[in-house]
Amino acid sequence: MNSTIKKHVLENGLTILTKEIHHAPIISHWSWFRVGSRNEVVGKTGISHWVEHMQFKGTPKYPIHVLDAEISKVGGYWNAMTYLDWTTYYETLPSDNAEIAFDLEADRMINSVFDKKETELERTVVISEREGNENEPMFKLGEAIRVAAFEKHPYAQEVIGEMKDLRTISRDDLYTHYQEYYSPGNAVIAVAGDFKTEELIENLTNKYQQIENKDTTLHIIQPEDDIKTKKEVTVEGPGDTVYIQVSYRAPKAADEDFFSLMVVDSLLTGPSSFSMFGGGNISNKTSRLYQKLVETDLSVGISGGLQATIDPYLYDILAVTSPEKNAQLVIKAIDEEIDRIQNKSISQPEIDRAIKQAKALFAYGSESITNQAFWMGYSSMFADHTWFDAYISNLEKVTMERMVSAAQKYLDPNHRVVGIYRPTQKENF
Amino acid sequence: MENKYKNNIPGPETISSFELDNGTTVLSFSNFNSASINMIGILSGGGNLDPADKTGLAHFTASLLSRGTNDLPFADFHNQLESAGANLVFSCGSQHAWFRGKALSEDADLLFRLASDSLQNPSFGNEYVERLRNQLIAGLTIRDQDTSEVASMLQDKYLFPGHPFGLPIDGYIETIKSINRSDIQQFHQKHYGPSDMIIVVVGAINKQEIRSLAEKYFSSWKTIVSQKGNDSLIPSPPTNIIRKHKYLEGKSQVDLLMGCLGPTRTSPDFLPIYLGNNILGQFGMMGRIGKIVRSKSGLAYYATSSISAWSNLGSWEFSAGVNPENLKKTIGLIRKEIKTFVKSPVTSDELENSKSHLIGRMPMSMESNAGLANAILTMQRFGLDFNYYQKYAESIEKITADQILSASQKYLHPDHLVITSAGPGEDIN
Repeated sequence: MNSTIKKHVLENGLTILTKEIHHAPIISHWSWFRVGSRNEVVGKTGISHWVEHMQFKGTPKYPIHVLDAEISKVGGYWNAMTYLDWTTYYETLPSDNAEIAFDLEADRMINSVFDKKETELERTVVISEREGNENEPMFKLGEAIRVAAFEKHPYAQEVIGEMKDLRTISRDDLYTHYQEYYSPGNAVIAVAGDFKTEELIENLTNKYQQIENKDTTLHIIQPEDDIKTKKEVTVEGPGDTVYIQVSYRAPKAADEDFFSLMVVDSLLTGPSSFSMFGGGNISNKTSRLYQKLVETDLSVGISGGLQATIDPYLYDILAVTSPEKNAQLVIKAIDEEIDRIQNKSISQPEIDRAIKQAKALFAYGSESITNQAFWMGYSSMFADHTWFDAYISNLEKVTMERMVSAAQKYLDPNHRVVGIYRPTQKENF
Repeated sequence: MENKYKNNIPGPETISSFELDNGTTVLSFSNFNSASINMIGILSGGGNLDPADKTGLAHFTASLLSRGTNDLPFADFHNQLESAGANLVFSCGSQHAWFRGKALSEDADLLFRLASDSLQNPSFGNEYVERLRNQLIAGLTIRDQDTSEVASMLQDKYLFPGHPFGLPIDGYIETIKSINRSDIQQFHQKHYGPSDMIIVVVGAINKQEIRSLAEKYFSSWKTIVSQKGNDSLIPSPPTNIIRKHKYLEGKSQVDLLMGCLGPTRTSPDFLPIYLGNNILGQFGMMGRIGKIVRSKSGLAYYATSSISAWSNLGSWEFSAGVNPENLKKTIGLIRKEIKTFVKSPVTSDELENSKSHLIGRMPMSMESNAGLANAILTMQRFGLDFNYYQKYAESIEKITADQILSASQKYLHPDHLVITSAGPGEDIN
């Protein structure tokens, strides 16, 4: 990404990031809030995500359905996402009709009504969303692994929340959560596309400057560093497929070790991208674990990845195999490849290839204006917008020594969770 | 649309088109906004050519094309591709084999060379046939436990009886087990050729360079294929309610599909139905269907409708993910909406809103190289004029509510539907 991002901070603490891109008549507007499952407590899991749903239920100025129609009728698409550290709302729409996005996002930062009846209707929608997730074996396995990997930190909890909490969270709980975290100082507005920065800043300043800032740092969340011991979890369910996930504690995104581990991951399981809107992927058939597991028929698929987070989260390696294969051999093969990296078996061409792949993925992702706006805001949630500016150069600084050091520090077989999803009907597995 | 962006929408003046002596059509569009290129190609070799007892053969064949060529073993093939941060994937649709590639523009030669070599000289090595067979079977075991996939297979089976579209392109575990290397080699020899191939390239590259690369790598391919698919017989539309359900163990949610036949891509009914479908199940929060099923009743996380259109066949489908207790009610609500939709014209507000939405959204679907390439391929594949998207707004503006009603009545009837579902609940055979 080139360095044409402009940063503007209002007196109430709201950060506005802009990037002019004029090749298409499109604007992508994102409102980011530093609130996600990381900010939730036992008994109220899933509340951030549910608040996100309620933000589509209207304000006095933009009542429910009017809100929908206003964006949709100009051809825009809009949606929202809640994750570990953040909640975000976005609209991508024709630039001559973007005013509606600017106005409604400023409005629903503080004016959403959280109607009681709508809250109850949305309860069953959110429960339905969770039930859809429960249909997936990997959801169940991931849930069990996170509980094992975090003793105290809220990252243990699913973003969608526990079913018992989804049944009991009240309208007032939701509204309190909204009031607590939806504040200018806890938000970032990121806009990319076909506009003039000065005009846009003036417009957004007028819309947001009167919103009073609140202290959103009342709850201090302590990072959880190590997985204390070697842990194993098993989940059983229907099917004929075995999923093996090995999860290690990963550094936070702002840690320089994060970049070293990114390159380690690229060697082990192939390159991965932070793009969420197109751009595509690069296959991983030359990665070490593909060669070790798939080319030897121990597994049928292998993947891995890091999440860019505020606090240390997880680095996951996932292998998919059949019940006839020995899961322990798969884990042993993973350990052997990690051992090789820990013992300095890394060549410079491998590192160079990982950097070239990262550059290519960046170029692919930058085709999309929506993606560029996403990157600005996303990186501001766990670091700041310069994180993405410096992403490639930080990867280029990674050396073999740093990779070895990161692999030794983080990929410790005595401090990890091994999770296996086994088909119930395969009793002899 | 402002004139300054006119060149963003591909048209006769910006699309370069030429035909090689062997019949291959090459189309290109230069876009220097990012340093990458995107390639899409289609040619014969789709699932419609599967022999009756070898369902999945076309898919198996296409998937093997990236497993090495006569001159370039698997490891070297992927080493070249992945070292450049490029991607090249072969797949199989119901009517064509497909390839999609992406690379930095400096690696355009590599992309053309590997695509050409894979299509013309695949090695189909025994080791990779067997490895891919295991991977495909693993994929099928996962598919067969996926409520959405199973409901979709049931829908296709009963909506397209006796037609290749009624069969899963990726086959069945039994048929994949029965396909041997010789079947694959013969399928490739009989059906893969350049005469009906279309290649589209979009990105940071000029048309002279694309012409030169296309001639260099594809003009010597002279294989002649003549066999046509067995999909000329068009199935009859349902004349009553056909209800099927497949029980899947351990699932929380039912995936529901309700469908009927729809217009072909070149039918005069296509755009009126496309616009009508937007009103019925897309606009805002999933149109009228989403409004009644999700927003007003809280029954589902998603409830929507979509159309699919090919050269000689089309379908119109309604889908939702619901708790099993809400299944009957959801089916009833969707049928009621369909009944209303085919009884009275849509309102003028709905019509204007959806028109505005579709017109505004079109440029956004072309903000990436992949979106542009897809649009150009669609025009060539279905014989649409190259000014189709430049005149798209005009075409949409002309559609009336009566045209939508009249076109919808030809296809949609609340009592003539194939209704399929999968998840909890006893089988309905």
